[in-house]
Amino acid sequence: MTTHQAGIAEPTPSMLDSRQYSTFTVGDLFFGIEVLDVQEVLRHLEMTSVPLAPSVIEGLINLRGQIVTALDMRTRLGLPQRTEYETSMNMVVRSEDGAVSLLVDEIGDVIEVQSDAFESTPDNLPAEQRELIRGIYKLDGRLLLVLSADRVLQIAATS
Amino acid sequence: MEDRELINEFLIESGENLNRLETEIVDLEQRPKDPALLASIFRTIHTIKGTCGFLSFGNLENVTHIAENILSQLRNGERSLTPQLTSLVLEMMDAIRKELASIEATSLESGETYDDLRARLTRTCNEIRPEISVMAPSPADHAGPGKATVTEAEESAPRMHQIVPTASELRPPAAVAIELVEAGQACAVSVSPPNKVSEEISVDPPAVGANTAEAEKQTATKASIADSTIRVDVGLLDKLMNLVGELVLARNQILQFSSKQDDGTLNATAQRLNLITTQLQEGVMKTRMQPIGVVWNKLPRVVRDLAASCGKQIQLDMDGAETELDKSIIEAIKDPLTHIVRNCCDHGIETPETRMQAGKSGQGRLLLRAYHEGGQVNIEIIDDGGGINITRVKQKAVERGLLRPEQAEQMTDREAANLVFLPGLSTAKEVTSISGRGVGMDVVKTNIEKIGGVVDLTSRPGDGTTVKIKIPLTLAIIPGLVVSSGGERFIIPQVSLLELLRVEGEAVQKQIERIHGAPVYRRRGSLLPIAFLNEVLRLPDSASESDVLNIVVLQAENRQFGLVVDDINDTQEIVVKPLSKQLKGMTSYAGATIMGDGKVALILDVLGIGQLSGVLSESLEHTRTDDSRHEMAHEERQTFLLFRAGSFERIAVPLSLVARLEEFPASRIERAGGKLVVQYRERILQLTPLAPALGAGPCELTDPAQVIVFAEGDRMAGLVVDQILDIHDEAIHIGSAGSQPRLTGSAVLGGKVTDFIDLPAVLRTTDEAWGSGVAPKHHTSTPVLVADASAFSRGQIRNYLEISGYPVVEASGPQEALAKLGHHPVGAVVVSLPPTGAKELLEEMRRMPSLKSIPVITVSGDDTGENDGRFDARVDRFDRGGLLRSLERLSEALNEEGVSAELASVGGQE
Repeated sequence: MTTHQAGIAEPTPSMLDSRQYSTFTVGDLFFGIEVLDVQEVLRHLEMTSVPLAPSVIEGLINLRGQIVTALDMRTRLGLPQRTEYETSMNMVVRSEDGAVSLLVDEIGDVIEVQSDAFESTPDNLPAEQRELIRGIYKLDGRLLLVLSADRVLQIAATS
Repeated sequence: MEDRELINEFLIESGENLNRLETEIVDLEQRPKDPALLASIFRTIHTIKGTCGFLSFGNLENVTHIAENILSQLRNGERSLTPQLTSLVLEMMDAIRKELASIEATSLESGETYDDLRARLTRTCNEIRPEISVMAPSPADHAGPGKATVTEAEESAPRMHQIVPTASELRPPAAVAIELVEAGQACAVSVSPPNKVSEEISVDPPAVGANTAEAEKQTATKASIADSTIRVDVGLLDKLMNLVGELVLARNQILQFSSKQDDGTLNATAQRLNLITTQLQEGVMKTRMQPIGVVWNKLPRVVRDLAASCGKQIQLDMDGAETELDKSIIEAIKDPLTHIVRNCCDHGIETPETRMQAGKSGQGRLLLRAYHEGGQVNIEIIDDGGGINITRVKQKAVERGLLRPEQAEQMTDREAANLVFLPGLSTAKEVTSISGRGVGMDVVKTNIEKIGGVVDLTSRPGDGTTVKIKIPLTLAIIPGLVVSSGGERFIIPQVSLLELLRVEGEAVQKQIERIHGAPVYRRRGSLLPIAFLNEVLRLPDSASESDVLNIVVLQAENRQFGLVVDDINDTQEIVVKPLSKQLKGMTSYAGATIMGDGKVALILDVLGIGQLSGVLSESLEHTRTDDSRHEMAHEERQTFLLFRAGSFERIAVPLSLVARLEEFPASRIERAGGKLVVQYRERILQLTPLAPALGAGPCELTDPAQVIVFAEGDRMAGLVVDQILDIHDEAIHIGSAGSQPRLTGSAVLGGKVTDFIDLPAVLRTTDEAWGSGVAPKHHTSTPVLVADASAFSRGQIRNYLEISGYPVVEASGPQEALAKLGHHPVGAVVVSLPPTGAKELLEEMRRMPSLKSIPVITVSGDDTGENDGRFDARVDRFDRGGLLRSLERLSEALNEEGVSAELASVGGQE
């Protein structure tokens, strides 16, 4: 994992055990995805819904000629639905078989965290959230939840 | 790095050479004396050997070397080709392949020395004069270091002396000189590119003497072809194809945009772009095209080996090997095709003895045919073997529970032959080492359907089997129909499209009918199951109040259904993009595409949609057993009167029910008490106009009015119809249960779908007393239970009974009959439940004291055996008189008996 760091910035001794995360919020949760897993961040795009698909699949978007599946993170995390007036943002993450877009509420900064601030996920989180979270970084005043993109994408649609 | 490239080149080339060699050697069996063929084979194997030597693959070189010796004996006419020899050479080739695979994987030889194979090869080689090992010192011998080469050199050393005179006799001195010079070069330059070797080798065949000139010509043309072609990485082509796909999308977008603009230059440019894109698309698609021969080339070997191991003689013919297909499709059909061919050889074509006995030639023939037809490629695999044993297949299907016995009886031979594609139907008796290696015919079918193809099988018992595969030319860009439903756009692949129907106004109500809630459409006299796309996909009902219905008629797996959509837009070339992993499991979509406006649209999977909506059931079993929807009537032969009324084009009643046909001038028809009546034979005959009774039109009387007169005891009733059509005597094959209150069902009669009316119900609309059970003639009002698996057939029997005044209780099986018998007081039972249901019911009834005395009448033609005497009567299915007489006789008997039974029970209580 640390090898990902090479080439991003000049390695200093302290950076070797620090990581960069793209942050975003879903509901009142503050998440981070490793910056190298993120392909791009986009405003709301027009979406084609997929009838009969699981509710977490919000639809398909045209990303410069690529068809990308968009997953709603609120549904995925078991949070209440967005209201009509709340828009979503596309956080396009790379996966083994092409890009997938995660619909989140707000996009935050890319932040750097020290590995000694890391802690594993507390047991008292709701199960559906716990399984998607790799661990937690204790930041000043707030907690950064590390999202496991792999697990988020593990949904299979059958009809 | 360079080495690696060199080795890759060698692998590719040797692979191609081996493929060619395989075909050529099998060819050689047919034409053992063809010098050109022999020369070519020798050349090929020599090339392989030479290259092996260059790259220091000693083992490989050793093996090829001995094979080359044998081939050279052949070439020089010193021995003739025997099947054993061919097998040996083929075995050697397998060894080379194995080595090549190992080299590809590890860059090293497998380490196996093939001692056994080499020993056998050497033995065969030495069977004839050992001195005729025509090995001219090839570069391989010099370049290949290692112990093996040394021993080999020692071996050949004593022979060399003898060869020289022989060789000079055979070869023009120039050729030898060239060879020697080149060999010398190859020795001096330690790494020489492999094409050097092939050049050198191509000088070799002129040595054959007589056909020097011809061979030279061949070499010349070959060289020019080689110069004009280059190898391109398939990955690059795929990338190019994707880019063209993107370009097609961009073009679509521009076209859509420019059509809205009033700019002449833009429009002209857009048109040009359109043209060029189309040409580019075609061009790129062509680069990916490969002749189907690429796959077929492997088959002669397969067939030969199979034939040899089964002791059969099979001649393989190919027709249309040059037919081109997209590379991805070629890949996809390779295994299914091989499997089908294996099956044909193993199960299809019989042994020579069996064939002789059947009066056929001992050698079986297997024909592969490929040709283009309507934008698709057809591949046919035809054998002249014994065909499929339909009875066996059916029997197997029934044993495996894939089919019910009565379904099996109903099946046409064609349907039954296609049962072999059912999963789980392996004709286990015939499994050999050859067939049944993993891929079953069901997998063949799935694989072909996966690439949008269709497979169909026809079998001519005793004459052979034909498997026909239809596949699209390419998968990447397909024409599709854009439709919308529930506010969304969808694409339907054009391949599945049969026709578009537009139903307007009143016809919507009239032509769409429901059978147990399942909508069907009357299309040219046959019923087409339909599904509403928005319902299938659970989309909002957007066009509900519209009086126009757009039906897209689709075909999947040889079955048709109609899909109702809100709007049909246009057809477009679309680029198929696969769905992401998260959506792969959805059977309703085949992929997605980007439309001209940049939005994404889903491509419907016609088969999946059909299955989801229930119009196509997932398996054959389903179609046949869904009793609530379709019911099979038994083969019934009867005479029907056909007529027309209102919107019903073809209605039938059994002729046996009809008393007379009359024509009454309109002036004679009077109205009495709101009903139409006519004075007829000094009585008043009530008339029932059929059209309004069926809700199929207003009451319009023709002049003269066509009336069918029915008699019930001494009462009569007239049914007014629009026109009497015909009298038809036919066996009814398929009947479906009624969907409307006054119809008993529909069936195919005279090739057309015909409705059967519920006569008592229709007549009751004007005369409530008809068939209501209070008919004056019969004092009995206890109902008759009709137990019949087919609702259609039940309806017919009920027709007779009700019209004669018997109330009827219906049951579809023995259990239901018993349950109903428990609840209703029943006077008699008429049962038709093949094959054993009737007897079951009878036995059950006889066992229960309360039901013991109820007379049971069976309908003939159901049980194979004779009436075993336990049934109280047996009548013909459509012998109305006989049925009524039996009932009357039995109920009289029952009445008497009933009294005594009552007495008995009173006695019992005391």
